[in-house]
Amino acid sequence: MRRPAGAGAAAGTRGGGSAAADAAPLEVADRVVAMAHDDEQLEAYVVRSTDTQVRVHGGEVEQLAVASSVGVGVRVVRDGRQGFASCGTVDPDAVAEAVAEARDNAAHGEPDEAAGLPEPDGVEPPALDLWHPGYAEVPLDDKVALALELERAVVGADRRITGVESCDYEDWRTEVAVCSTTGVRRSARETGGELVAWSLAGDGDDLQSGFGFSFGRSFDDLDVEAAARDAVERAVRMLGATKPPSARTTVVLDPWVTAQLLGVVAGMLAGDEVVKGRSPFAGRVGEEVASPRVTLVEDPTDPRHWGASPVDAEGRATRRVPLVTAGVLEGFVHSTWTARRMGAEPTGSAVRAGHASTPVAGCRAVSLVPGDADPARLVAGVDDGVLVHDVSGLHSGVNPVSGDLSTGAEGRRIRGGEPAEPLREFTIASTLPRLLRDVVAVGSDLTWLPAGAAGVTLVVADVTVSGA
Amino acid sequence: MLDDATIQRTLAAALRTGGDFAEVFVEDKRSSSAMLDDGRVEELSSGRDRGAGIRVVVGETTGFAHTADLSEEGLRAAAEAAAAAARSGGGGVREVALTRRDAPRPNGVEVLPETVAKGAKVELLRRADDAARSAGAAIRQVRARYGDSRRRILVANSEGVLAEDDQVRTLFVVSAVAVGDTGMQTGYESVGRTIGFELFDRYDVEQVARTAAERALTKLSARPAPSGTMPVVIGPGGGGVLFHEACGHGLEKDLVDKGASAFAGRLGEQVASPLVTLVDDGTMAEEWGCFAVDDEGTPAQRNVLIQDGVLTDYMWDVLRSRKAGRPVSGNGRRQSYQHLPMVRMTNTYLVAGQDDPDDIVASTERGVYVASLGGGQVNTASGDFVFGMTEAYLIEDGRITEPLREGNLIGNGPKVLRDIDAVGNDFAMGKPGTCGKDGQGVPVGDGVPTLRVRALTVGGTAA
Repeated sequence: MRRPAGAGAAAGTRGGGSAAADAAPLEVADRVVAMAHDDEQLEAYVVRSTDTQVRVHGGEVEQLAVASSVGVGVRVVRDGRQGFASCGTVDPDAVAEAVAEARDNAAHGEPDEAAGLPEPDGVEPPALDLWHPGYAEVPLDDKVALALELERAVVGADRRITGVESCDYEDWRTEVAVCSTTGVRRSARETGGELVAWSLAGDGDDLQSGFGFSFGRSFDDLDVEAAARDAVERAVRMLGATKPPSARTTVVLDPWVTAQLLGVVAGMLAGDEVVKGRSPFAGRVGEEVASPRVTLVEDPTDPRHWGASPVDAEGRATRRVPLVTAGVLEGFVHSTWTARRMGAEPTGSAVRAGHASTPVAGCRAVSLVPGDADPARLVAGVDDGVLVHDVSGLHSGVNPVSGDLSTGAEGRRIRGGEPAEPLREFTIASTLPRLLRDVVAVGSDLTWLPAGAAGVTLVVADVTVSGA
Repeated sequence: MLDDATIQRTLAAALRTGGDFAEVFVEDKRSSSAMLDDGRVEELSSGRDRGAGIRVVVGETTGFAHTADLSEEGLRAAAEAAAAAARSGGGGVREVALTRRDAPRPNGVEVLPETVAKGAKVELLRRADDAARSAGAAIRQVRARYGDSRRRILVANSEGVLAEDDQVRTLFVVSAVAVGDTGMQTGYESVGRTIGFELFDRYDVEQVARTAAERALTKLSARPAPSGTMPVVIGPGGGGVLFHEACGHGLEKDLVDKGASAFAGRLGEQVASPLVTLVDDGTMAEEWGCFAVDDEGTPAQRNVLIQDGVLTDYMWDVLRSRKAGRPVSGNGRRQSYQHLPMVRMTNTYLVAGQDDPDDIVASTERGVYVASLGGGQVNTASGDFVFGMTEAYLIEDGRITEPLREGNLIGNGPKVLRDIDAVGNDFAMGKPGTCGKDGQGVPVGDGVPTLRVRALTVGGTAA
């Protein structure tokens, strides 16, 4: 995959790096805040994480890494000007350097009336069950054994499976703290684990791949069978796929695909894009922007969401934010700055890419309110259409400003309400605003995924399929 | 960055309980950026990340650990953690004799960005904002970003390799939003080189800004891209991402070895049109993907991957080269000291051909001309890949006509390579890019002359 430089970082590992990762993040943040000068606001954001990564191949451990890391981000606001600096350690000299740099950087920004750190707003963070202390006690051997078991389950499931491209186990314990001179002092922590297999299926010259995963907050949540079943099915069902003819048709989106598109829509509802006039939804609150079947909610207080968190990246309590209700735009997600700029209520929706990034408004846990029909019934209702199992190139073919949408896709033809032959090497195209209006049905199969959005089967009319 | 004795003792600690290979990778990276948006310099940002990653290989298993503590105790603890992770069995003591490898740097750096006043960086942003906004009344929003990084690395391993590099990169990006009757459109332009602040002696930020603004303005009158399979002409410098996705990833030996590449087992075969000679070259001075040594300490190299359509070689990292008993290729790269290296591209380009670019367009009755491609993505197993067009036009009766809205193109790598039926004599390098693989991003460059693919699927909405 390739993107233009500077167009946003690729996904990376969590946190920064340090051996002196023993001090609790809240204590570290307190120490940083104590370095503030009287005439400035200062915020410290500290992330500490311990990760285990296991990759197996051919019945052996290929890679194994166990590492702790810690990172500190410092934001200074003075006279309405903001500066930022970060370091991947809690070494006192490095932290002092970061504070001095953030201060110096603030002197070079331009003033803004809405600048300034949040003050405590009295909203208490919800109690969420995201930290399972028992996870730390799981022996490394058990983790390795689980990854090996997944590989065996994938390879042995079907004679057409020719191998596994990668088979990974990963877990993490992450603790975050935000403290500021304006009185914010919050922390949050979570455990999590994930199993992922990328499988390969072959038949003659035909080679296809698929993936399967399982994730959870505790080791016992990880389901080898479910991950293996998905990995095998997703690869094998693509064997013999052909390119469909170009047509305008009804598409049925797999929950995995819906979640990715919702991620893009969520980005268009972020305060920063709205304030700066880069969102097609700016100025449209109260208007009908989607099919009446569409009700979209951001809710990090629901612990079933991968992105669930009691506090946001500025230390505010998170809350449930209705975005679209029965097709009508209700509002946007805000950081402290975007709320001030728009004269809106803060929504506790500041997010950061890591300790080295400043907070911006963003969604972390969006989902559609599910409908009544299960996926089989939805497919049965489509006489002729395309079932979309996966999409690619969202970063290159979707423009959240113009709303143009065009992605690579693979899936199956739907004939007479039944899934038929597999299809590949085609694109689906529309515009995002149109796609939202063309939603014909939302499935009942709300699916939790390791992503910022939950999935659900979605039926969309009048989408252009480009193929042969 | 570390003295030889400390490195030797750290490697010895890594191998104390046995092991076939050990490596210390030390990195000290400083970066700074400044962002202007919505008419205001929002913020300057600085980052410093420093640490070491240590890997130990026992049999087929690689153990890895990293630390931000570069003291001898910190390094020893990480070495022992990596060794334990590799689950080594036997024991023994190995002395490692280090040989410093002096690889030439592709180019010098005239002005280290860290020596430049922050005010001068901010000034570039203001100039870009003014220039973009004066390109037309329809320009409503401008975002400009300045970024620089200095990444010093040291790599030492149990084979005796000891190498260092000092990589300085400077980048300037402008994106503009134009508003018209058809809604909003965006335009983007960037310049980035593996050099210092002298970047701005060579490139005019006002011109960068105007280009971004003009792209957005042009698209206001753009029509939806067509839908279906047709000839696609790609302009000089605009489409290296085609090869990056169509075959670049598929020629990475780690994916080949796992049977996850459509190009596995095809060395010596005609895999592309005879017009195609494809090179990956980490030595190209100043290009975004250049360096003196890769992140395994191997000097950068120029590697011919496809010669006149015949597959000549894959790209390799140290472990896979060792196993195959062949020379390394200088393609072992990693995002940071917190990551294991992988086989990665550097600067990947299609060598110029003989055709006159004007003739290539003139001989295309109906199709799409892509002046600039955006990102892309590939499924290396099936070979299917997509890439976005950020600036494209319709070709009608052999002439470039109306501008098109954005969208993806989709093709199959092995088939597209065979379907290239014209290669121009007007080679140009493209925009700086970030290649993502397995969650790690590294800087890459690419380049192409004008070329034509006989049949690609254009993913628009128009009939």
